[in-house]
Amino acid sequence: MSILDYFSAILLAGGVFFSFTGAIGLFRFPDFFTRVHAASVTDTIGVILIIAGLLLQTSFDLNIIKLLLILAILLLTSPTASHALAKSARHGGLLTLAESNRSNDR
Amino acid sequence: MTEVLIDLVLLGMLAMTALRVIFLKDLFAVVMLFSIFSFVSALIFINLDAVDVAFTEAAVGAGISTVLMLGTIALTGRTEKKNSHSSILHLVVVCVTGAALIYGTMDMPPFGNADNPIHQHVAPRYIEDSPKEVGLPNIVTSVLASYRGFDTLGETVVVFAAMIGVLSLLGTARPTNKRATPESGLAKHRVLHVVAKIIIPFIILFALYVQFHGDYGPGGGFQAGVIAAAALILYALVFGASFAHRIVSPRQLEVFAPLGVLLYASVGLVGMIKGANFLDYNVLASTAAAGQHYGIIIIELGVGLTVFAAMLGLFYAFSNQVERSNVQ
Amino acid sequence: MTGVLTATCIAILVVMAMALARALKAPTVYDRILGVNMFGTKTVLFIAVVGYMTGRPDFLDIAIVYALISFIGMVAVLRFFEYTAPIE
Repeated sequence: MSILDYFSAILLAGGVFFSFTGAIGLFRFPDFFTRVHAASVTDTIGVILIIAGLLLQTSFDLNIIKLLLILAILLLTSPTASHALAKSARHGGLLTLAESNRSNDR
Repeated sequence: MTEVLIDLVLLGMLAMTALRVIFLKDLFAVVMLFSIFSFVSALIFINLDAVDVAFTEAAVGAGISTVLMLGTIALTGRTEKKNSHSSILHLVVVCVTGAALIYGTMDMPPFGNADNPIHQHVAPRYIEDSPKEVGLPNIVTSVLASYRGFDTLGETVVVFAAMIGVLSLLGTARPTNKRATPESGLAKHRVLHVVAKIIIPFIILFALYVQFHGDYGPGGGFQAGVIAAAALILYALVFGASFAHRIVSPRQLEVFAPLGVLLYASVGLVGMIKGANFLDYNVLASTAAAGQHYGIIIIELGVGLTVFAAMLGLFYAFSNQVERSNVQ
Repeated sequence: MTGVLTATCIAILVVMAMALARALKAPTVYDRILGVNMFGTKTVLFIAVVGYMTGRPDFLDIAIVYALISFIGMVAVLRFFEYTAPIE
């Protein structure tokens, strides 16, 4: 393995690690809005790290552009989807944990 | 070994999703699960190296079928109707059919065996002769567009007929008299507006790439038509249908759909005029390989045009119905 | 190097399984959508990594399609929520 391969392996492992934490957050976090937070933030960093890891293994050709395109598209759409989803959940009347606790106390 | 493992895991996911779809009563959740179903089946196709099939599944399954199914739910209601009939007879029929099918697979040769009948008949000829006869790197395209050109013409006609069928059920979208207003779309989501504006040109560019690169890589007219339609569907969803009507109006679509079929068939007719068989591309240019190239590019364009018009036409018909039922 | 890619591939598959579990059994309908969205992103990454693992980088085309198209599904979901009040 060359030095690039080592770097690539480290990046891939980092991406996988963050993806895992996001998936665990989907189950462990207390209310929907924190779960959105867990999923979307780790999604973004996971995508960046994994695509970067693959980029280090690509020779200089069209595939680099394709990978960068995937990265750019995912960086745009994935947070947007999460943002819009959280907004429409808010619109639909879903409360955060703190808010629902407060309304229960009263 | 790894691929077998991945296949097994994916098949397990597919089965679990399908079972959950059967037992869920909330149809909206069912639509969500169907999009996962499409993701997983595309992954299985990829794992089996069927790249072009996976491409079609990716283009249709995750985007447009979700949109159309959500449109249907918006029209019909979100919960499944209670079924009061006894379902024992159905269960028996399904079990017997399933048992017969499984019994039928007993006689099939083992999966992936090189001696299978399917690898003995036409496949070796396609693999050995198509680089000489057609000269395209993507053999799937040369099989679909040239060797089985007549089949593909039939499929394009089927897509066209399906569009006619749906339009005659739902009615064509009338051009609205009211002026296009931003309120008709997702007006409150400003972030979505900006991102959609950035993404849509990429989608159209990628559709063109798929259309014209289909001879060399995975893709072709069908996938390109679906992706281009998806771009306009995104525009209509975010900004409102009346804005999309100003770019491609329903009336134009009624011209595009038959035009694609006619373009395809006319390539065959030109071949006949030049004294060859229907859809024989060899005579279209001075050399046979160049003729194949021209023929395939033109018929892929025809397929793309018809599929684009059919997909967008379906969406317009649905969105028109939804809007009308919302007004009442 | 294939070993690393294979390991990545399997790990992404596990994450996908967890997202699937969330989509199959969710406290609210929004959580389901969140699971589907996560599953979609991970599908794109999975396709890219499998393409490198098997040495077939034309798979990247499919990954691009998914990255572009799954966004449309999400937008359709939002549009659907604007039309109909969510039932819980």
